[in-house]
Amino acid sequence: MAHSYTPGLRVAKRTVIQKDRILPLKGEVVKKVGEIISRDEIVAKTDLPGNISTMNIVNLLGIQADEIGQFMKKNVGDSFEKNEIIAENKSFIKWFSTQIKAPIKGSIESVSNVTGQVLLRQPPLPIEVQSYINGKVIEVVPNEGVIIETVCSFIQGIFGIGGETWGTLKFAVTSSDEELDVSKITSEYKDCVIVGGAFADYNAIQKAIEVGVKGIIVGGIKDEDLRKLLGYDLGVAITGSENIGITVVLTEGFGKMNMAKRTWNCLKDRENSTASISGATQIRAGVIRPEIIIPYDDADLDHSAMEEREAKPVVIGNSVRIIRQPYFGKIGEVTELPSALCAIESETHARVLMVKFDDGEIVTIPRANIELIEE
Amino acid sequence: MSKDIQAIIATDCGSTTTKAILIEKKDGEYRQTFRGEAPTTVEAPFEDVTKGVLNAIQEVEELSGRTILDGDKIITEVNGSTGVDAYISTSSAGGGLQMMVAGAIKTMTAESAQRAALGAGAIVMDVLASNDKRLPHQKIERIRQLRPDMILLSGGTDGGTITHVVELAEYVGAADPKPRLGMSYQLPVLYAGNIKARDQVKEILNEKMALTITDNLRPTLEEENLMPARLEIQNLFLEHVMAQAPGYKKLMSMVNVDIMPTPAAVGEIMQTISQIHNINVIGVDIGGATTDVFSVIGEIFNRTVSANYGMSYSISNVLADATMKNVMRWLSFDLDEKEIRDRIKNKMIRPTTIPQSLEELKMEQAIAREALRLSFEQHKLLAVGLKGVQQSRSIADVFNQENTGQSIIKMMDLDMIVGSGGVLSHAPRRSQSMSMMIDSFLPEGVTAITVDSIFMMPHLGVLSRIDKNIASEVFEKDCLVYLGTCIAPSGQAKKFGQKIMNFKINMGGKTIEESINFGELKLFHLGLGETAEVELIPTRNFDVGSGKGKIHKQMVKGGVVGLVIDGRGRPIAFPDDHDEKQELVKKWNHTLELYPA
Repeated sequence: MAHSYTPGLRVAKRTVIQKDRILPLKGEVVKKVGEIISRDEIVAKTDLPGNISTMNIVNLLGIQADEIGQFMKKNVGDSFEKNEIIAENKSFIKWFSTQIKAPIKGSIESVSNVTGQVLLRQPPLPIEVQSYINGKVIEVVPNEGVIIETVCSFIQGIFGIGGETWGTLKFAVTSSDEELDVSKITSEYKDCVIVGGAFADYNAIQKAIEVGVKGIIVGGIKDEDLRKLLGYDLGVAITGSENIGITVVLTEGFGKMNMAKRTWNCLKDRENSTASISGATQIRAGVIRPEIIIPYDDADLDHSAMEEREAKPVVIGNSVRIIRQPYFGKIGEVTELPSALCAIESETHARVLMVKFDDGEIVTIPRANIELIEE
Repeated sequence: MSKDIQAIIATDCGSTTTKAILIEKKDGEYRQTFRGEAPTTVEAPFEDVTKGVLNAIQEVEELSGRTILDGDKIITEVNGSTGVDAYISTSSAGGGLQMMVAGAIKTMTAESAQRAALGAGAIVMDVLASNDKRLPHQKIERIRQLRPDMILLSGGTDGGTITHVVELAEYVGAADPKPRLGMSYQLPVLYAGNIKARDQVKEILNEKMALTITDNLRPTLEEENLMPARLEIQNLFLEHVMAQAPGYKKLMSMVNVDIMPTPAAVGEIMQTISQIHNINVIGVDIGGATTDVFSVIGEIFNRTVSANYGMSYSISNVLADATMKNVMRWLSFDLDEKEIRDRIKNKMIRPTTIPQSLEELKMEQAIAREALRLSFEQHKLLAVGLKGVQQSRSIADVFNQENTGQSIIKMMDLDMIVGSGGVLSHAPRRSQSMSMMIDSFLPEGVTAITVDSIFMMPHLGVLSRIDKNIASEVFEKDCLVYLGTCIAPSGQAKKFGQKIMNFKINMGGKTIEESINFGELKLFHLGLGETAEVELIPTRNFDVGSGKGKIHKQMVKGGVVGLVIDGRGRPIAFPDDHDEKQELVKKWNHTLELYPA
């Protein structure tokens, strides 16, 4: 039962997708249902409450906490400018009075007559959510955001780093098994999303950051290079907020692996179009995979329809990718689906299938170790 | 009540799978008879946990022939092969209960608060304390960022500090974090601190948050009172957190006793077993993302969760924290380090894959040893006596100047280790599970090693709330698989091969008299249900339960693996030479019959 579901990454030449564009907290939605919008337009905005600073006024004035009210010049909710006096210890002799000036601009959040602490809140920070893809607003979630629909080429990666970005799709290599090395990165790719083949090394990615490439789509990178790029060893696959100056989407995994032909061809068809990409990956609880969305700007968005998709069981003839050693990264066709459990080399009893590779070799693989290559 | 009960259906709603088990009275004894499972349906497109529950129960119906469902209702009246007496459930779906705790002093009330939250089945995202060296704005920022499901605020003994507690309440109030689930409901905050600060805490938090007040979890420095806080956490979990999750209101109306967080239920069964048999137990549940460790030592129950040590989602983190050297020490062959790193990252991003080759299996089990070791180390740090307590000392104690806050886990006093989780419960050979547990927990003296056959501890934990005896009976008969007993003299020898213990084993009417050398392992086949009397005579630097060099006699239980005599020292000693080390590991693997030749 547990292994009957076969995960697959989508590679679709032309499909309809919907994207939620939602604020992290409630705010104002600025687009309406039916509006056609472009990727850089703002769809919703809000103010994030400002950061808090604390001041222990009681200690600074040398008074008792329960007396604090008498010494405050500003009360809860009052606004103040930077260096404005917020509390004062008056004395008959002016020289002996102590004035407490606000270290920041903001407002008084709270005044405590127990701890003597005054909390100052900085002005709110505006947050805006952009459309990220060209498309049509099909639904407004009141106070939260919108749902955008688009007709596009859609490719899911297996892992990525870096957030949402977009740029013209360019090819820096000529085949899916070619490696993207530093010599292939030139300034002509500034602001572009570039496609590599089987592998990109640290120097190539670093050069891409230097010339201002927005994103790289490639088969694999080395874990060692990922550590160098991030400056730390990634322990848990929750990414998307890295700030390294580029977004990287891996289509196959870690190590050198030819980009799947279908992925390569799908991207090749859309060369020179604008691709919106995101490296955000989350493997736990509600899986998020990195994505490449290349909208067809000439599509008729009024007559598009989202297709119903459900997880399909694997069947004979399916194209699958092996996702674990000893055949890791190889792509083949399912030739047999025995239903009985079968003992594999590790002595584990698992449900298996037979896969035929291009060279004619047929191997037995646990069903848990394959991925469907989906249209 | 147990006399009347004929059948019980129990489910555990995990993040990915909902597991149902049927417990029935057959020939006068309670047994777990059938099980079914189905994908959990908390997320879109279903967004109703009960769908997965009904699917899992339906599978049990099909297998058992017992009619349990009437449409989408559970028949809770037994009539022959129709109906069950009760339906019970646990849940960890949606990432479980994620909490933040706060206390005045890091090693005192904050630590007690952490123990309370963990014992209630929560994942503790962060521990705030007045003296945790973070600046106020950093604390506020942290609370805001983490978006916990619930906050436990403690601090001050009754009549003690008020200022520090109020200060923490002010930070929580200022951060005003939004709950993880549902943008619009109020975040539950449980106050379990100084009773004298209750009014001030109410004033600060009452309007902004769903504040609940309960007994102080540390009323005096010498006393920890965690139960009221733990029970209140579980109530709030049901009322606030679970009620937000899709379908849970419906599920709550279906069950006969309150739904428990999965780890809290596992803790419950561990405590029941420890009480009934009067033994000290350590339990571990190693999952894909997290590893939970439970201990019941004397009457003290502790649970820790190592949120980022697991065998798939968090596997990369295990390698990062354990270091490659520690993982590689368990292998008898070389692998390229860079290659291993890539493979482990690939397992992280494709967590459902299974080891196909023997080499991959060995690699995965080496990492499991390290994940278990690290999680247990974290557990020992929290399972400690109360810190800051004044100790009265007699003249005898002068020579035993132990500080307060020592770990209460003494491996020599431990009676049983219970393992569960995929890598232990589903290892191709049971000897592999036993070996992994011995290598990571390092039991000393005489310790029984067991595994949970099909991960039914959560179900039995919540069952023990209905009937402790039924839960215990099923636990012994169907849940626990006795792997065997490990006998490990504690100590270190100067060189490998040096004799460290003579021993006699009386089993099946014959006596075996042998000795064990340093660095050696021996396996004797003592089967399931069989017992043996052992007489252990360690050399003067080794202790096997009665003191260094002292003779120790005991009855031991067999199991599906048998009796393991572990002469490798504590901690396990490895030769410095690379080739010698690999040769020795090969020998250990061979002795325990871990892998095919």
